[in-house]
Amino acid sequence: MSDEPRDESSSARPHGRQFWRSLAELEGSPGVEEGRGDEFPPQASEWPDGLDRRRFLQLAGASLALAGLQGCTRQPVESIVPYVRQPEEIVPGRPLFYATVMTLGGYGHGLLVESHEGRPTKIEGNPSHPASLGSTDAYAQASILGLYDPDRSQLLTELRGVRIWKDFVAALQARLKAQEALDGEGIRILTETVTSPTLVDQIRAVLDRFPKARWHQWEPVTRDAVRLASRAAFGRILETRYDLRSADVIVALDADFVTAGPGAVRRARDFADRRRVRGDGSGMCRLYAIESAPTAAGTLADHRLAVRAGAVPIVAAALARELGVPGATGAALALEGSQARFVRAVAADLLARPGRCVVIPGEYAPAAVHVLAHAINHRLDASGATVVQTEPVEPEPIDQASSLRELVEALRAGRVDLLAIVGGNPVHTAPADLRFAEAMLRAPFRFHLATEEDETSDYCQWHVPEAHFLEAWSDARAFDGTASIAQPLIEPLYGGRSAHEVLAVFLEETPRPGLAIVQESWRSRLPAAGFEASWRRSLHDGVIEGTALPALTPAHRADSVREAVGSIRPPGEEAIELVLRPDPSVFDGRFANNGWLQELPRPLSKLTWDNVAYVSPAMARRLGVASGDVVEVQASGAAARLPVWVLPGHPDGSVTAHLGYGRRRIGRVGTGVGVDLYPLRDAVSPWLVEAAVTRTGERTDLASTQEHFLMEGRHPVRRGTLAELRANPGFVAEMEERPAREESFYPPHSYPGRAWGLAVDLSVCTGCNACVIACQAENNIPVVGKDQVRRGREMHWLRIDRYYEGQEEDPAVHNMPVMCMHCEQAPCEVVCPVGATNHSSEGLNDMVYNRCVGTRYCSNNCPYKVRRFNFLQYSDERTPVLQLGRNPDVTVRSRGVMEKCTYCVQRINGARIEAEKEGRPVRDGEVTTACQQACPTQAIVFGDINDRQSRVALWRSEPTHYGLLEELNTRPRTTYLAKLSNPSDDLERG
Amino acid sequence: MSQIFHRSTNTLSRVTIYAAVFLAAGLLFVAAALDRSPYNTRQDVVLKQPVPFSHRHHVAGLGLDCRYCHSSVETSAFAGMPSTTTCMNCHKQIWSDSPMLEPVRSSARTGTPIRWTRVHDLPDFVYFNHSIHVAKGIGCVSCHGRVDEMPLMRQAQPLQMEWCLGCHRHPEEQVRPRDAVFSQTWQAGDQASLGPILVREHRIRGARDLTSCSTCHR
Amino acid sequence: MTERTLPGRPPIIGPGYTSGTVTDKISEVVLKRTPRWWYVGFGLSLILVLLFFYAVAYLFTKGVGIWGVNVPVGWGWDITNFVWWIGIGHAGTLISAILLLLRQPWRNSINRFAEAMTLFAVACASTYPILHLGRPWVFYWLMPYPNSLGIWPQFRSPLVWDVFAVSTYATISLLFWFVGLIPDLATLRDRAAGKTAKVVYGILAMGWRGSARHWHNYESAYVMLAGLATFLVVSVHSVVSFDFASGLLPGWHTTVFPPYFVAGAIYSGFAMVLTLAIPLRAAFGLQDFITARHLQNMAKVMLATGLIVGYGYLIEIFLAWYSNDPYEKYMVVNRVMGPYAFQYWALIACNIVSPQFLWLRRVRSSTAALFVLSIVVNIGMWLERYVIIVTSLHRDFLPSSWGTYSGTIWDYATFIGTIGLFLALMFLFIRFLPAISIFEMRTILPEARSVEEGGP
Repeated sequence: MSDEPRDESSSARPHGRQFWRSLAELEGSPGVEEGRGDEFPPQASEWPDGLDRRRFLQLAGASLALAGLQGCTRQPVESIVPYVRQPEEIVPGRPLFYATVMTLGGYGHGLLVESHEGRPTKIEGNPSHPASLGSTDAYAQASILGLYDPDRSQLLTELRGVRIWKDFVAALQARLKAQEALDGEGIRILTETVTSPTLVDQIRAVLDRFPKARWHQWEPVTRDAVRLASRAAFGRILETRYDLRSADVIVALDADFVTAGPGAVRRARDFADRRRVRGDGSGMCRLYAIESAPTAAGTLADHRLAVRAGAVPIVAAALARELGVPGATGAALALEGSQARFVRAVAADLLARPGRCVVIPGEYAPAAVHVLAHAINHRLDASGATVVQTEPVEPEPIDQASSLRELVEALRAGRVDLLAIVGGNPVHTAPADLRFAEAMLRAPFRFHLATEEDETSDYCQWHVPEAHFLEAWSDARAFDGTASIAQPLIEPLYGGRSAHEVLAVFLEETPRPGLAIVQESWRSRLPAAGFEASWRRSLHDGVIEGTALPALTPAHRADSVREAVGSIRPPGEEAIELVLRPDPSVFDGRFANNGWLQELPRPLSKLTWDNVAYVSPAMARRLGVASGDVVEVQASGAAARLPVWVLPGHPDGSVTAHLGYGRRRIGRVGTGVGVDLYPLRDAVSPWLVEAAVTRTGERTDLASTQEHFLMEGRHPVRRGTLAELRANPGFVAEMEERPAREESFYPPHSYPGRAWGLAVDLSVCTGCNACVIACQAENNIPVVGKDQVRRGREMHWLRIDRYYEGQEEDPAVHNMPVMCMHCEQAPCEVVCPVGATNHSSEGLNDMVYNRCVGTRYCSNNCPYKVRRFNFLQYSDERTPVLQLGRNPDVTVRSRGVMEKCTYCVQRINGARIEAEKEGRPVRDGEVTTACQQACPTQAIVFGDINDRQSRVALWRSEPTHYGLLEELNTRPRTTYLAKLSNPSDDLERG
Repeated sequence: MSQIFHRSTNTLSRVTIYAAVFLAAGLLFVAAALDRSPYNTRQDVVLKQPVPFSHRHHVAGLGLDCRYCHSSVETSAFAGMPSTTTCMNCHKQIWSDSPMLEPVRSSARTGTPIRWTRVHDLPDFVYFNHSIHVAKGIGCVSCHGRVDEMPLMRQAQPLQMEWCLGCHRHPEEQVRPRDAVFSQTWQAGDQASLGPILVREHRIRGARDLTSCSTCHR
Repeated sequence: MTERTLPGRPPIIGPGYTSGTVTDKISEVVLKRTPRWWYVGFGLSLILVLLFFYAVAYLFTKGVGIWGVNVPVGWGWDITNFVWWIGIGHAGTLISAILLLLRQPWRNSINRFAEAMTLFAVACASTYPILHLGRPWVFYWLMPYPNSLGIWPQFRSPLVWDVFAVSTYATISLLFWFVGLIPDLATLRDRAAGKTAKVVYGILAMGWRGSARHWHNYESAYVMLAGLATFLVVSVHSVVSFDFASGLLPGWHTTVFPPYFVAGAIYSGFAMVLTLAIPLRAAFGLQDFITARHLQNMAKVMLATGLIVGYGYLIEIFLAWYSNDPYEKYMVVNRVMGPYAFQYWALIACNIVSPQFLWLRRVRSSTAALFVLSIVVNIGMWLERYVIIVTSLHRDFLPSSWGTYSGTIWDYATFIGTIGLFLALMFLFIRFLPAISIFEMRTILPEARSVEEGGP
């Protein structure tokens, strides 16, 4: 059906850009309509299936009794329970903030955690931490839910039997006694990547006490390639970090540098600072992305070259050759046509800005690409400027794959007597070809420290519940080496232990508590004089002064290039490659039981509750499959059946899929969600394997929060190039008509005082989802489950719309955060029969849950469809531990009421009350919405638009400023800055 | 044909028809009255407390300031309840063996807090902030009544929305000088003329701001 | 009455009746032993009523989430059924009130059960505004009453207007229907054999003795109510149409809604009268009272209103094109060719195409054909509301928020349930009350004609 309306509208449109949301739509294929045309599709079932997984939904029914009675009963008598002895820093009703640090893949990210009467409720970034600068990623935002996860392991067990800590200590130390004679040659410690100085000290101490003991590290999201390349290029393993603030041209080699890898949040911030267009946009940097599956970086790129992951090394080498990097030669490097032209243009652009450009190799790219990148950056004098080499952040950087293999061999040979698995879930994540699980059974004594009872716990006699990072003392170092102390905000809810406390068992008769251990290790590092003071300051600031690693100027080994180029094997033409990546939501699987992350619409696909095989449109046609059709993917001697998702811009002959799903044991939320792809991985090349794909003929229902449809010539996302802006600064405003203010049936509101407004800069939105989770955490937004999402009932107050533009092989992708617009002439307000949604004196569109009767009229009449309705009892009012984590300043909504973005009115009121008490106006920046605070690229700004000097007012005065659907004269308070790009002329012309 | 109805039926039916009208009206009236009655609002109802604490004795008798026990009333949304130690400060010495105070002592001994029954209990979807009301010169008495005359604590006002709105629409009727906020006995000579002046002095926002939904509901 | 002499026009009452025989024939329907088929029919509809209660109980336990509604489609079967039922009611009021004022004597034999139908339809309709609420237990917040919250309903909202419109409508219809019944209730009181029947009918008759004074008061009251009801015929469905017309969605936000909703209401109403009248007269052998003439007249009204509705559809499309509003234009294209195209074309077939057969006298005079047509039109009118609601909602302004809608078995159950409720009430009515106005039939007897024509 779709063809006709598209044509007529696109011809009617001044800026005849063709927006589309997915292929089915570009082709206008009838397939899209199937199941919609028919009035009673199968999924119109009486009750959501798959609920058994999320029991809290099943409780919906029972909870009605309460809900129903609320209407007519009197309030229950409540009691006040004051402290017996009140801690002096606590003022009941006022939150406190503590600095701490969270690790992901070993690297630290500084946080400030909000705590209400001792209950951590919200996580923010630590402004003084280099990796954060006040921002966070989605993982950090969601980790607060992990703290209160009722499925976390709660019991210390031996062979499933409940034990206490003492038993464990006794059992372990008995083993150790036996090992002492043998110098501990039977002892093997397996950890994830470790940057914690304290933990390394402890492990080293263990190795001193047991000289023959071994320490292995295995991180499923492995950085082995990075380490190997560094060793090849500089003779030893170094840390490479990038300073994008001074980079005019950036080339990403299969690198999602704004969301993946240590320091991504910081890189995103630095990058965005060079992309935010103000005035004529001078100083805007240019980004070339050469990548396989589209990534956040790719969506921001001014030019994107889609190549198979297997071909990235070749393109990299070709680029190196183009740049005259010595050693980059060889027939294999000959590129043809568009690729060659692309590489030439990139090379020219790079050469024009020596020392002010950078080539970033991807975290998951093979070592060869990293080696080439090092060489290119060296050639371009980027080293020391935009690229910084430092000592490694990991005290013991090793090749983890071979470390793990070594462990498995030892296990097989029966040389392991005591296997200590401290964190991690190797049984699930170890490369399949190692067959780790069966090997580890050879060790007579096995224990596992983990936050959940998972697959690995099944293979260990002893399981020790691990304390959540908000429950334990520890420390960690950031991507630039900056060390931070992790301080607990709450006593372990389930009596968990930290890695330090477990390691202490190896060293001490009566293991000390975490605080003593961490403090002691820092006593030795910090100047003895005034240790207490500096310790306190470190805790307060969340960073330890002077621990950032200084830049080095290592000698670059030129011959590394020849080796790298020699190692490149061009992929076969027919061969299909399987590209494996950590999941944007559940990462390596550790967040699988986190409902917020599971239900978080994945970037680009907007899928929830599943992992899929992303394939290119052409490939889907070849296979004769559409999104939702199940295919069988064979690789590394294993096979997996998972649904296809057709992803525009994905290279041909390539399948991209995310790890971390198909958890066999974790909890009510995560067990059995998606498909486990670790078996398809092999130790040698963990991120890229040869694969065969065959269609099975089956179909599954996928829950995507966006159905694919045409833009119909509308301009939700207005975009243009720097050149267009300079030629005609008004071009954004001209895209749609702006009706006169007085064109209204009702008299206009007046805002003599403050007038709150929010603006989003589309040029720098990476679609990383941090804002979505931040909003969910701040506003007690419930999880509804896959089936409800499929029925279009997701509850996110803030959604990120995704639009495609251009051709299916290589479309431009636009991300657009959409929350309540707080219209000055709000269509929702006039239709609510009970006045449950009203206009506040400061222009907020207030939503009064306790007045709402649930006619849903407001949602129907909202042109932005940003209102969310509690069709069932979604928020869990029964699990006590979950209630601990709720934001006490925000009402928990019951069934049958409408809800929506409030601009975090609780924060506005808080700030206003403080200001009023001090008799001063609210300062600009004093109120930050949760989304704004989390955003790594600072794409969101909030404030008083009546204050001419406020940042939001300045943004609104930009030429690129526009309102969504402003032609309807709703006069939105949430507005946007058009997405600008900075394409290079030669490629544009070509 | 025999009469099935007695003559009186005519009158009867007429009466019933009219009565029905009044009955309906009456029922509505009763419902409205019940809604505002102490049965529903708990106004003036004395609730059972673990310790029969007398505000009259402590405030009128001993002249304690509100803030001695409700210490966070000026800084936080929650006025604060005295911790057991606060009580024991004095009751270590005086009444130290009174059976009435046993719950307090045992709390101090065992470290288990005292469970007071909430007297002023707003619904959970109402976000009342003590500190701002105090800062703007709304006296304790305005909402809590003359606690110095209450041997046992009770709710002095209905605490229904219309009652809140009354003040949010006309703050000048309740506002008092900042130094009189915690006074139980302060009387305005002439509230009608004093009120508007104080409203200006304390920069109390207009009714349109104070009656915006999000002022109290989030 | 002159037209009754025209050739080929069947009379509005069979030949050879006297007021006595009329009274016997109608009142015996009520007073004689209950026929077996009545028990069967009533039993079946009771089962459906049980289904209704079950569906509602489950709804109240779980929440509206058991229905198919979602975001963007916040209304579905619920409001569709509401509008459909309200619409059906209109024919009754029209027949009773407007035709009375226009002195159309042929109405006399059908107005009684048409009014009853109105009443029961409104009863069914008025459940939905409450059922569709997220928190039905606070439905009374939609009504203005002095409360301790110190706030009123939001009077700009069409839903509040609905509350007034529908409740007024229900009240007037009830009064009108009851007042009309009083003389017949008296008749039944006097003819009933059993004591209980006498007492019950007696109480309901409110001491009617048919004195001149009674008749005088009666006439004035009846005409007064008729006057009131006349406005309602137009106002109620106009207000209902505001629910949509005052929204800003493409396909809702249009001025043509009130007139064409009213026309549609009468259209569906007459269809329903036919659907009921045809089996009714067969069952009780009332062909002499509800004659082919009545059926033909109603068929003509259907044809007329059907054409108005058709005009409404055309105007919608024209305005979409004429306004050159991209959203409106897309809405039309989407309605005609989008995922709900089937429902759209089905409604066109039912509402626009099928009534064209009524141009043919052969069809108009075929009871079977009329019966089938009337049912087809009822289906069509339901589809019309469904299409208006769903197609406008499921693809509005931002493609990113577009979705799809389909009812669940709970939607179906609730709807079928209300049909059961309607039928059950209907069965009770025809069993215990005169389905045809006895005394008004007397006025159209030949013997009464002189009075009729002599009268003012």
